[in-house]
Amino acid sequence: MEELVFYLCAAVAIVAALTVIVQRSAVYSALALIACFCSVAILFFQLGAEFIAAIQVIVYAGAIMVLFLFVVMLIDPESDAFASNRLKKLTITAVPLAAILGLLLLWAVPAVGPNGSDSSHAATGGIEPLARSLFSDYLLPFEVTSILILVAVLGAMVLAKRTD
Amino acid sequence: MVSTTHFLVLGAILFTIGTVGVIIRRNVIIMFMCVELMLNAVNLTFLAFARHFNQIDAQIFVFFVMTVAAAEAAVGLALIVQLARRTNSVDIDQADTMKW
Amino acid sequence: MDINYTALLPEIILSVAGIVLMLLIPFVPKESQPKLGYVGLVGILLAFCALVLQWEGERGLAFFDMVFQDNFANFSKLLFLLSVGAITATSMHYLEQDRLLKAEYFCLLLFSTVGMCLMAASADLIMTFLGIEILSISTYVLAGYRSSEMKSTESALKYFILGAFSTAFLLYGVAFVYGATGTTKYLQISRAISDMDSYPVFLLLGVGFMIVGFGFKAAFVPFHVWTPDVYEGAPIPITAHLAVASKAAAVVAFLRILFQVVPDLSLQWQQLLWISAVLTMLIGNIAALTQSNIKRMLAYSSIAHAGYLLVGLTANSTMGAQGVLFYLMAYAFMNLGAFTVVQLVARRGEANVEIKDYAGLGFKYPLLSLALSVFIVSLAGIPLTAGFTGKLFLFSAAIQQGMYWLVVIAVVASAIGIYYYIRVLVFMYMREPEGEIESVGIPGVARIVILIMVLGTLYLGILPGSVLKMASEAVNF
Repeated sequence: MEELVFYLCAAVAIVAALTVIVQRSAVYSALALIACFCSVAILFFQLGAEFIAAIQVIVYAGAIMVLFLFVVMLIDPESDAFASNRLKKLTITAVPLAAILGLLLLWAVPAVGPNGSDSSHAATGGIEPLARSLFSDYLLPFEVTSILILVAVLGAMVLAKRTD
Repeated sequence: MVSTTHFLVLGAILFTIGTVGVIIRRNVIIMFMCVELMLNAVNLTFLAFARHFNQIDAQIFVFFVMTVAAAEAAVGLALIVQLARRTNSVDIDQADTMKW
Repeated sequence: MDINYTALLPEIILSVAGIVLMLLIPFVPKESQPKLGYVGLVGILLAFCALVLQWEGERGLAFFDMVFQDNFANFSKLLFLLSVGAITATSMHYLEQDRLLKAEYFCLLLFSTVGMCLMAASADLIMTFLGIEILSISTYVLAGYRSSEMKSTESALKYFILGAFSTAFLLYGVAFVYGATGTTKYLQISRAISDMDSYPVFLLLGVGFMIVGFGFKAAFVPFHVWTPDVYEGAPIPITAHLAVASKAAAVVAFLRILFQVVPDLSLQWQQLLWISAVLTMLIGNIAALTQSNIKRMLAYSSIAHAGYLLVGLTANSTMGAQGVLFYLMAYAFMNLGAFTVVQLVARRGEANVEIKDYAGLGFKYPLLSLALSVFIVSLAGIPLTAGFTGKLFLFSAAIQQGMYWLVVIAVVASAIGIYYYIRVLVFMYMREPEGEIESVGIPGVARIVILIMVLGTLYLGILPGSVLKMASEAVNF
C-alpha cells in the first residue's frame, strides 16, 4: 500500500514537473507546480514530517504559488517562447550537461544503500519536537530569519515604490 | 516501507528537471518556478535523510529553506513586476541592453 | 555551549542600527534622506568598537554551537565593516546626486553586513546558508536601486535568477553532505569524514555542488557569467560592494569550509580549484583587455583577482590561507578606492563611465588622478603597493606547495593584466580630452575615504607586517 502511494505521488510529481517546464503558458506552469508541490507534500507525510507537509501545502502551494499566479495575472506575459536563436546554442550545450547531471545523480544516490540507522520507527515530525529544537539548539538561526524577512519586506517595498 | 533511495532518486529527477527548466526557458517567471522546483527536490532529499538518520535536524533545515524561499519569492516577484512594467514582457532576452 | 551575546555583539549592533534607521525614514523629509547614511555610519562605528573590545576576548563556540568566536571571524568582520563603512560614506553623495532619495538603501547595506558577518563566523551550514541569503537578497534589491534605469533592473534580475539557481545547488550539496555525515555542524562533519575509510560518491558530489554554489557567489570561472552585466548595471557603490565585501564574504566562508569542514577531501577539491584558478585568472584578465566601460573592466578585473585568491586556496596551507586574508584586505583598500574615484568621475546619472571619459583628467584634477593611479598601479601589482605584496604571499604559498605551473600561469595572467590597467593611466595623462572636462564634485567625505584607501594601499605595500601577523593569527584554526 505504502509503495503504491509512493509510486502514484512520484509519478504525479514528475509529470507535473515536466509540465512546468514544457508548458507555454505561465498560468498552466504555475498550476502544474502546485500539483507537484501537493504530491510531494504527501511524500513528506510518508517520510514522517507531518508539520513540514502541512507547511508545504499551506505556505508553498498555498501562499507562494498564489503570489506567483497574482504576478502572472497582473503582467499577463503573452510573449513567451523557448530559447531564442541566440540562446539555442546555449541550450544545445546545456541540455547534455543537464543530462550528465541527471545521470551523475542517479548513479551517486543509490550508493546510500539500506544501511544507516534503523528506519522502522521514523522520527516524529509533529510540532512539539520541532518547536523544542527550534527554540533551543536552533534559536540563533530562528532569530536570524527575522532579519532575513525584514530584508525581504524592505526590498519588496523599495522595488514596488514608483519612482517620481 | 519505501526505502530512502527511492525518495533520493525522485529528488534527483525533480532537481534535474528543474535545472533543465531554468536553462531552456526564457520566461523569467517560469525560470523562477523551476528554481522553486529545485528547492523542493532539495527538501525532499533532506527529509529522506532525516528519516534515514531518525533525526529532527534536517526537518528544521527544511523549515528554514521554506522561509528563505518565501522571502526570495517576495523580492524576485517584485523585480519581475518591475521588469514587466518597463518592457511589457518577461522574456529575459528582452533584458539585454548589455551584452552577456 | 551557552548563549554568549558578546560573540555576536557587532551583528546585534548592526541589526539594531538598521532597524533604527528604518524607523527614522518616515520622519525625515525626502531631500535629506541621503543624510541618514550618517546613522548607518554610527552603527558601523559602534560595531567596530564592539569588535575591538572583544578582540582579545574568549574563544570557542557560542549560541548552541552555531557560531565560532575566533580570530578568523574577527578579522573577516573587520574587513567587512571597513568596506561597508567606506561604501556607506560614499553612497550618501551618490544618492543625493542621482536623486535616489530612498534611505532604505542604508538599511539594506547594514543588514547585508550582518549576513556577511554571520557567514564568516558560522559553525553550522544552516547559519552559512542564512547568512548567504541575507546578503544575497539585500544585494539583489540594491543592484536594482536605480529603478529608472533599465540596466539596473536588468542587472538585479539577472543577479537574482542566477543567485537563486546557485543557492539551489548549494543546498543540494548541503543535503548530500548531511546525508553522508548525519549532521550540519562544521566540526562534526569534519570528524565524521575523517572517520570514513572510503568516501561515498554522493559526499564528493555534495562537496562539488557546494563549491559550485560558492563559486557563483565569489564569481569563479566558469560560474562568473553574471558578473560583468550585474556589475555594469548596478549603482557604482553597489558594484563596489559586490566586488569587495560580498566577494570577500563568499571567499571567507568558502575558506572556512575548505579548511575546517572538508580538509580530508583536499586531494579532490584541490584539483577542481586548480582548474578554476587557471581559468579564472586567464579569462578575467583577457576579457578585461577589450572593455571600454570602466565598470565592466573592473568587473573582469575582479574576476581575475578572484583567480589570484583561488591560487592561495588551492595551495591548501596555512600560508595560503593567510595570503588569502591579507590579499582580501589589500584588495578591499585598492578596489574601494578605485570605485570611489570612478563614482566621482561618473558624475550625475553615471554619465561618464567609459574609459575615454578619463582623457585629460590627470591635468585638471591632479590629486584625484594621482589617487586613482595609486589604486590602478596596486591592482596591476606593481611593487611597493598592497597588490604586489598580496600577490607575493599568495604565489609564494603556492610555490611552497610545489605548484610551479600554477604560479607560472598566475604570473603570465598578471602580466596581461598590467596592460589594461596602464591603459587607464595612458588616457588620464597622455590623451587630450574631447571638449571641455565637466567639473567633478568631490565632497569632503569622499576625500577622507580616498585618503584612507591611499594610505591603506601604500601601508600594506610597504609595511605588511602587522596585518600579516593579524592574518596569521586568524588562520590558526
